[in-house]
Amino acid sequence: MAIFNLNINGKKQQVDVDPNTPILWVLRDHLNLVGTKYGCGIAQCGACTIHLGEVAMRSCMLPISVVGNQPITTIEGLSENGDHPVQKAWLDHDVAQCGYCQTGQIMNAAAFLKANPNPSDEEIEAAMNGNICRCGTYTRIKAAIKTAAAG
Amino acid sequence: MAIIKTTYNRRSFLKTTALAGGGMMIGFSWLTGCQPAPEAGLEIPKEWFEINSFLKIGENGVVTIMSPNPEFGQNVKTAMPMIVAEELDVDWKNVIVEQAPFNTDLYTRQMAGGSQSIRQGWQGLRMAGATARQMLREAAAQAWQVPVEEISTEAGVLYHKNSDKSAGYGEMAAAAANIPVPEEVQLKEVKDFKIIGKSRKNVDGLKIVTGQPLFGVDYSRDGMLIAMIAHPPAFGMKLKSVDDSAARNMPGIKDIFTIKTYEDDYERNAFDTNTFPELVAIVGNTTWEVMNAKKALRIEWEPFSDYSETVNSWGGKQDVRIPAGLESTTAHITKMAEMAAKPGNVLRKDGDPEAAFKNAAKVIERTYTAPFLAHNCMEPMNFFAHVTADKAELAGPLQAPEFIEQTLSARLGMPLEKIDIQMTRMGGGFGRRAYSHHMVEAAVISQKVNAPVKLLYTREDDMTFGIYRPAYHATYRAALDADNKLIAYHVKAGGIPESPLGRAANRFPAGAVDNYLAEEWAIASNITIGAFRAPRSNFLAGAEQSFLDEVAEAAGKDPIEFRLELLERAQNNPVGETNDYEAARYAGVLELAREKSGWGQEAPNVFRGVAAYFCHNSYVAHVLDLTIENGAPRVEKVCCAIDCGIVINPDAAANMAEGAIVDGIGNAFFGAMTFKEGVPEKNNFDNYRMIRMSEAPRAIDVHFVQNDIDPTGMGEPPFPPIFGAVANALYKATGKRSYNQPFLGEKPVLG
Repeated sequence: MAIFNLNINGKKQQVDVDPNTPILWVLRDHLNLVGTKYGCGIAQCGACTIHLGEVAMRSCMLPISVVGNQPITTIEGLSENGDHPVQKAWLDHDVAQCGYCQTGQIMNAAAFLKANPNPSDEEIEAAMNGNICRCGTYTRIKAAIKTAAAG
Repeated sequence: MAIIKTTYNRRSFLKTTALAGGGMMIGFSWLTGCQPAPEAGLEIPKEWFEINSFLKIGENGVVTIMSPNPEFGQNVKTAMPMIVAEELDVDWKNVIVEQAPFNTDLYTRQMAGGSQSIRQGWQGLRMAGATARQMLREAAAQAWQVPVEEISTEAGVLYHKNSDKSAGYGEMAAAAANIPVPEEVQLKEVKDFKIIGKSRKNVDGLKIVTGQPLFGVDYSRDGMLIAMIAHPPAFGMKLKSVDDSAARNMPGIKDIFTIKTYEDDYERNAFDTNTFPELVAIVGNTTWEVMNAKKALRIEWEPFSDYSETVNSWGGKQDVRIPAGLESTTAHITKMAEMAAKPGNVLRKDGDPEAAFKNAAKVIERTYTAPFLAHNCMEPMNFFAHVTADKAELAGPLQAPEFIEQTLSARLGMPLEKIDIQMTRMGGGFGRRAYSHHMVEAAVISQKVNAPVKLLYTREDDMTFGIYRPAYHATYRAALDADNKLIAYHVKAGGIPESPLGRAANRFPAGAVDNYLAEEWAIASNITIGAFRAPRSNFLAGAEQSFLDEVAEAAGKDPIEFRLELLERAQNNPVGETNDYEAARYAGVLELAREKSGWGQEAPNVFRGVAAYFCHNSYVAHVLDLTIENGAPRVEKVCCAIDCGIVINPDAAANMAEGAIVDGIGNAFFGAMTFKEGVPEKNNFDNYRMIRMSEAPRAIDVHFVQNDIDPTGMGEPPFPPIFGAVANALYKATGKRSYNQPFLGEKPVLG
């Protein structure tokens, strides 16, 4: 066990955990931030996507010990009231079916659009290919990303 | 004018408060207890008046409507309350939706399955709204001393035009709550609908995009422990011994023990499938600690011998034999071919098929196969349980609480009234969560450790637990005469461990062909199976619609025209009397898809396939456009036509169809679970290939047939025919027919 001082969603947090604990489980089990989802545990589905600094990362395989001073943003901290342009676009297009993967999709899309504000369809597909939506809402996800980019 | 008796489940119209002495229907609730997020600007009332168990009205006119059924992405949580709101005649902007507690006395069928939520809920939901509206009118009539017939309503306001009086529902709610439930009520005409048929956003949309706790895995309770299970690594194996010496002392671990999900002599129902009767349970403080301890267990497994289970299902009791053995996909394929070569059980025979085939000018025979499929819900199986001496509290994702509550009651030795099951939002279901063994496991574990427990399956546990879509095999034969008329049709289908055919033997093209034969067979297996989005249809449609495409080609006919000719025959002069489809509605979706897709005007290098199917009371046709990019197929566009009667929430229904199309394309291209020596060869998303964004269609157009028919199924019907549309478009693109799913296999199909 070891003490880690974290900056999560702009708030200082301290946890005492095994240094190998993936950030996913620190968020979910220790900090009650459950918007970040467990899907596969091997960084293949994207349900656990968070931002480390400004980069989208899969939190299920990322040990807490590698965080260092980098700020973490989770879906709960993406915006104050769910009004980030990507979240608004998701609501406009009524993207979700079951909704389980969508927080990871949104986190991935938000980081992607920050790095590439004007993406082509092919770039969107390449960027989002690591996020599985079992309900098959891909056409709406793509449309929402384009709306967010245009807005 | 539609006036209906309110006799349907009158208990639904009793106030929940009046029943409070009887049990737990409105007791504690993590889900319904938290203040629902109202629409922007919506003020929460100071006081609520319960009109019936489906709705309560605040003094300020805000209405809470209960959504009775479990939500797994089909969006009934929006659609079912829309139906209530329509008949209540309230402004949708003033509605808050809550998930109803599980109580079938009040809400009758609380199940997500068979695409039946809207179809079977339709009448009761309308009645709930219309009854409340009638009680509000009675209250206003009494207050204003005028005849009730003169009271009209609009958007949550009561009017008496003659005296120029009006009052919001909130003002009359207290009085209405004391009006006797009317004996009969008037329902709206379809043409007067204001909410039904207009797209409304998902009521949980904001919670979803902000990551608020909604799902079973998000459930938490003070003092809650985390549990995981270890199950045999192969079908045909059982637990032999557990050495937990290394795991037991690891940090955070509370206990490790074995559990039996059901008692040995338990007569299970058809949805009590649990695959592995004995499991190892690991319980600890946090998920990561439990995961690590699980890996440190040394467990020995051993093959089991043949055994039988008594299954007490709707068809009565039957003994089901579970064969011993470590099964492999290669052996399955051989066995299926052997069975298919023998005569099957005849399900239906019209005319003289033997003679017709003998005298045919042309006979076409083709065989189709499909592998087992894992459901792979994004939210793995999980459940919260807190079992004490007095009560059992359960919360989690499940499609059919009514199938499992008796099972749990028997297992815990606890009467039903001491058991409370909360339905959390499900991260997918697709049929998998109709089987809730994981809820019983959580309860047994909680009872053992005497603490609140959340059981979580890892992805690997989930994917390798069985309850798969079965493996299927079908051989079709068609006879054409010298005029290329279809004179005989023969289907022989089977699977492991069940046939896909059954009652579907009475579906198209049965009824359209003079000489018809349908046979089936099955091979026993210890690999467990369960409902998977549009069970059986999800194979039959693809096989049959590919076959008809090939027969149409052999007959030199356009594939849509060929089907329409057969449907015309079935409509005007049907063969047999047990045909299970309406030929005119079936033809209707084909015609709509033909028109909307611009059939016959394909762009260069765009390859088209068509398919249609009827299941779950609805009709769907797809026209799929495919291109070849860098040697791989890419679906450009799918044009989909659906006849599911009245559409409650069109944009949400279109979303369901889009999802079904993407799901179907993914499974047609890639979906497969295979086995070697009993071991599932895929256990996570690195080796079980799921469709991703770059493989999904670039565009999907969904069109609904406009009619006033009571609503029918929507979640499942668009799924089965997409397999046929994919196969038929692939043929146009490659010149090769696809007979065996997954069509793209493990390697690119195009050399």
